[in-house]
Amino acid sequence: MALAPLAAIAVTLILGSLLVVWTGAPVGRTWGLLVQGAFGSVFAWTETLTRAIPLMLTGLAATVAFKARLFNIGAEGQLYAGALAAVAIGGAQASEALSMPMGVVFALMMLAAALAGALLLLGPALLKARLGVDEVVTTLLLNFIVLLLVSAMLDGPMKDPMAMGWPQSVSLNTELELSRLVERTRLHSGLLWALGLAVGAWALLKYTVLGFDIRALGANDRAAAFVGVPVTRTVVLVAMLSGALAGLAGAIEVAGRTSYVTLDMSPGYGYSGIVVAMLAGLHPLGVIAASLFIAGVLVGADSMSRALGVPTYLADVIVAVSLLCVLVAALLTQYRLRRG
Amino acid sequence: MADTPVLRLSGITKRFGPLVANDDISLSLAPGEVLALLGENGAGKSTLVSILFGHYVADAGSIEVFGQPLPPGNPRAALQAGIGMVHQHFTLADNLCVLDNVIMGTEPLWWPRSRRVQARARMLEVAARFGLSVQPEALIGSLSVGERQRVEILKALYRGARILILDEPTAVLTPQESEALFATLATMVAQGLSIIFISHKLAEVLRLSHRVAVLRQGKLVAQAPAHETTQAQLAQWMVGHAVDAVARPPATPPGRVICELLSVSTPAGVRDRLDQVSLALHAGEIVAVAGVSGNGQVALAELLCGVRRASSGEVRLEGEALRASPAWLVSRGVARIPEDRHAVGVVGDLPLWENIIAERLRSPMFSARLWVRRAAAQRHAQQVIQAFNVRGGGLQTAARALSGGNMQKLILGRALMPVASAPEARPRLIVAHQPTWGLDIGAVAYVQEQLVAARNAGAAVLLISDDLDEVMALGDRIAVMHEGHLSEARAPAHWTREGIGLAMAGVIPSGSEPGRAASGATHAT
Repeated sequence: MALAPLAAIAVTLILGSLLVVWTGAPVGRTWGLLVQGAFGSVFAWTETLTRAIPLMLTGLAATVAFKARLFNIGAEGQLYAGALAAVAIGGAQASEALSMPMGVVFALMMLAAALAGALLLLGPALLKARLGVDEVVTTLLLNFIVLLLVSAMLDGPMKDPMAMGWPQSVSLNTELELSRLVERTRLHSGLLWALGLAVGAWALLKYTVLGFDIRALGANDRAAAFVGVPVTRTVVLVAMLSGALAGLAGAIEVAGRTSYVTLDMSPGYGYSGIVVAMLAGLHPLGVIAASLFIAGVLVGADSMSRALGVPTYLADVIVAVSLLCVLVAALLTQYRLRRG
Repeated sequence: MADTPVLRLSGITKRFGPLVANDDISLSLAPGEVLALLGENGAGKSTLVSILFGHYVADAGSIEVFGQPLPPGNPRAALQAGIGMVHQHFTLADNLCVLDNVIMGTEPLWWPRSRRVQARARMLEVAARFGLSVQPEALIGSLSVGERQRVEILKALYRGARILILDEPTAVLTPQESEALFATLATMVAQGLSIIFISHKLAEVLRLSHRVAVLRQGKLVAQAPAHETTQAQLAQWMVGHAVDAVARPPATPPGRVICELLSVSTPAGVRDRLDQVSLALHAGEIVAVAGVSGNGQVALAELLCGVRRASSGEVRLEGEALRASPAWLVSRGVARIPEDRHAVGVVGDLPLWENIIAERLRSPMFSARLWVRRAAAQRHAQQVIQAFNVRGGGLQTAARALSGGNMQKLILGRALMPVASAPEARPRLIVAHQPTWGLDIGAVAYVQEQLVAARNAGAAVLLISDDLDEVMALGDRIAVMHEGHLSEARAPAHWTREGIGLAMAGVIPSGSEPGRAASGATHAT
């Protein structure tokens, strides 16, 4: 079972190689440059780690939800909702107006971001639990609504007057920004948050009553209800947890990297989080490795492309194909003969 | 019956990985013969029939039908050779009429229109020849189980079957419907058809068949003419050792009322529901509920397991109003054994220990605030595994890896085993829904012994079962369900097998059913 993701990655690389051959570039050198671009220098590996932070958090959001068979496809929207909430609390003027110690404001900011993501998923979760509405549809469509809301806010109440007409939000109070982990790079302490939350999610699933409820509900909802798992409450809690993790991804991106919200701050981290979760086999600690892999491919492909002229789309293809391969691998490894 | 055999299996062997499902099986079938294929679950009956019908390809061996070799792995060839199969789970389209179901697949696709008039005439002719009364235009969805089975048989005969395979045909029938089926089979045999009859009910096997072949662990262990063998002999062949019937000490005078249903109904609109059901369960008795499945048994079981609510009426557990909460019921000493082990009884992906303590996870024994007390939980799980002899895995094994019998032992252990902190707290009410369904004889005996032991220790047991033999053997009182109504629960001495059969079909015994009598009275006024 643990081998399935590795096999999937191997198949992905073979299929990717075929594409590289098609472009006429040398296969070995292409992969070599990709790995070098991802991990070959201080700049490279700090960039990869920076990129892995939001992927780790959205990956955890997907892991926790999928474990309970709550298919939250809305992490992208929850990420933006979290980012917007972070700026609403921690924006330069707003945070001064609160007149509280910055540590408290920071905590409030993170709390608001988590809550924004959680509340966004609460609606679809309740609709699923009460009326059986398919959460894949509702969470997916909410993404577009949230993006339009963000667009409206960035052109309206939260627009930065100093941005020369660009649709971007006011900046975060600089005191609320996350510290750098490595000087003169973009790597920030959000990495520690993400790692801590991964360990926390692992402990939650493994050692707590709620963790049992989540796993039982996801594996067999009728049996879970029979042994007394509170189904609706568990679905709601999982939704809050998953949404909060995605919301935190947005806040940590703002506080650690962009310091303001734009409409292109996430190149689909919410969706890539699903790939991360599946590659990780829905294991919270596996999410750490899977997010590093995906981030490495995305970062490495940029520099590889500059050197060889192989389009960066290769990275997107690899991410997409790896998801398909993982799904096929899961199908093959979980295929069982049933006794007649 | 010295004629040339219509069917000859020679040296059929089939392996699934390390499991040898069929081991060098050779059998033959004479014209006009009824051969019973007897064996426990997993003995290889279904595999053998699937090979015969072309669903599987045998690793070794060959099949001859009417002297011609049958090409392997080709159901169409099997049909053409005259083999017809009636599955236990019918393969009929509910939204089509009888005629459509019978002719489905018999007409070439490129015919511009279906030749229904000829088909209808032929179907009625076949039906008349074998004494199968059917209404060609009736929708399958509106038919009873017995009628649907008749359509299945007709479907096979319409396709010109000369050899009919029936897989557990009486499992879903009332005794009367079974009698009708036996009459039909006799007509077919009289006209020279041959029948393979798969079953694990010994009595009907002896009654119906000419010859019995017994499979055990993939091997053909014995063959005997039906009139030269006995039930005890067959059981011994099936299991490999002698089997004792479960001994049940005579009924003691019933104790106090443990659980009481007072004209309880469950919401209309759900297919399986209760309609004005009243019942009292006393300490130290087994009340067995018979009935064809789908007549309200699921509603009754789910109600008392805390996963379904009543829409009207009252359920009292030792005087308290029953709450629709599994955790509450478990804390009040209700042991619950669900009908479907795989779908409801266990979470297959989770390890044994988590499945065992799942019901009591929220009690302070196994969790402290948010955290699971893993050490205590695993200790208790280990005790259950030992006490109930659950084999096939350790604490960390996924529950789906267990065989049906061991899975049922796990569920029994979970429900019946007292926890260490309160060893004297034995279950007060046991709700067992089809607890022996699909188990082999050894496991059946074990489960029944446990239920009887719990009753002797003073528990009230509600046993809901499709198996009339089980109901008759275990019930201190017997009640029958039909369309959501429950008859009065009476001692076995007040019932005959025929009476139960009639009640299962909705014919009320000697006007003593309170629900019906009351509704009749309201109509009269």
